[in-house]
Amino acid sequence: MKAPSFAYAKPRTLAEAFELIERPGAKILAGGQSLIPTLNMRLSAPELLVDITGLAGLSNIEAKNGAVRIGALCTHAMVERSPEVREHLPLLAEAMPHIAHPAIRNRGTLGGSLALADPAAELPACAVALDAVLIIASRKGERRVRAVEFFKGLFETDLKQGEILVGAEFPKAEKSAFVELTRRHGDYAIVGLAAVTKQRERRISLFGFADRPVLIRPGSLEEAKGSLPKPAADLYHSSATKLHLAKVLLERAWNRL
Amino acid sequence: MEQTLTTTMTVNGSQVTRAIPARQHLVDFLREELGLTGSHIGCEHGVCGACTIRVNGEVVRGCLMLAVQANGCRVDTIEGLSDSKELERLQKAFHEKNALQCGFCTPGMLMAAQDLVRARKKATREEIRAHISGNYCRCTGYQAIVDAIDEVING
Ligand SMILES: Cc1cc2nc3c(=O)[nH]c(=O)nc-3n(C[C@H](O)[C@H](O)[C@H](O)COP(=O)(O)OP(=O)(O)OC[C@H]3O[C@@H](n4cnc5c(N)ncnc54)[C@H](O)[C@@H]3O)c2cc1C
Ligand code: FES
Ligand code: FES
Repeated sequence: MKAPSFAYAKPRTLAEAFELIERPGAKILAGGQSLIPTLNMRLSAPELLVDITGLAGLSNIEAKNGAVRIGALCTHAMVERSPEVREHLPLLAEAMPHIAHPAIRNRGTLGGSLALADPAAELPACAVALDAVLIIASRKGERRVRAVEFFKGLFETDLKQGEILVGAEFPKAEKSAFVELTRRHGDYAIVGLAAVTKQRERRISLFGFADRPVLIRPGSLEEAKGSLPKPAADLYHSSATKLHLAKVLLERAWNRL
Repeated sequence: MEQTLTTTMTVNGSQVTRAIPARQHLVDFLREELGLTGSHIGCEHGVCGACTIRVNGEVVRGCLMLAVQANGCRVDTIEGLSDSKELERLQKAFHEKNALQCGFCTPGMLMAAQDLVRARKKATREEIRAHISGNYCRCTGYQAIVDAIDEVING
């Protein structure tokens, strides 16, 4: 199908962008890899698309003070190739190839994926496991929100009209495991798991499981399996299937943590 | 009133400037405005890969990019890569290995395959499959496509 008609603007500065996104019916366009499908299917009908990909300074990856800061406009492919990410955030490096396919990773962005908050997406779950801090800017200034508080529900986040996610800080974590089950490479997960060990504590975040990433911090594998809440069924998999598969993933990941 | 934006891009080496409606995606522009019908339209929501093209040297879904977003970009399509002979070896291998039947997926498949050929000196069959995982073929069952790409990369 074809998209409904809308206006388009590509601001050069954050100040210009704030003015545009405050207009009624305005929507932020980043990589477009989730938004444009919904436009083409006419599931969404914004009046104005504000293309933020021309904003400077939002596509850097920088390691400092025990964390790696990744700009919102970094594409999945940039994160996948980044030596800083490979060295300090092996969890993200391992997760990236699971996100869609190369042509989509060349355009889809970190900010877009976090802002969309798809419950089966890899990056929100990684952000929760790593205890990332999301950096949000608006005309009023900047605020910082921990990932666990940012994801509020199905495609729902703490972002408000007039705000732009400008980046995220991921605390370094050398020990981690990432596993997911899909019907076909690159699909959204049936169930997946992103986990890190920090100061001997295991932080395990499940996706494709509930309306948002589910974080557990178990002391043992048995405790992990016992502490899983009842998962939400999807079109193809019942709640019982998902629970079983999540336990399988826990077993696969546990010895790496 | 529909908004149009004056947009300039370099398509297969030639510069074109047009007033483009904001909502038109890049493959519709290439097909309808420029008559470059080699890039196909299957699903228009990013799933099938029939629309795969190159923008600034990287493969993208042409249906998931607005044509106005290509302002200032270099766009290369199957026509351009065929004419420059960049795809010669892959095209020959696809032909010899019977890697196409109806041919609908083939332009996108070649664009995705060439992306791997350019990047790698060697690739396992698994890696080849992962790289073309975003391109659907309704006819061949993929085996022959992987054979063809395998031959070009690994000899
Ligand atoms: C076939 C297909 C398969 C896919 N498979 C996967 C997969 O397996 N896993 C996965 O995680 N993703 C998958 N994706 C989605 C892909 O990862 C997207 O890139 C990502 O979800 C959104 O990023 P984007 O930059 O394209 O955002 P856009 O599509 O541009 O925007 C998405 C939403 O976020 C908002 N937004 C974007 N950037 C910001 C910002 N900086 N601040 C505030 N709001 C913002 C937009 O307004 C919009 O509502 C798939 C996509 C396709 C087409
Ligand atoms: S038409 Fe673009 S991916 Fe199917
Ligand atoms: S040859 Fe027919 S779809 Fe691939």
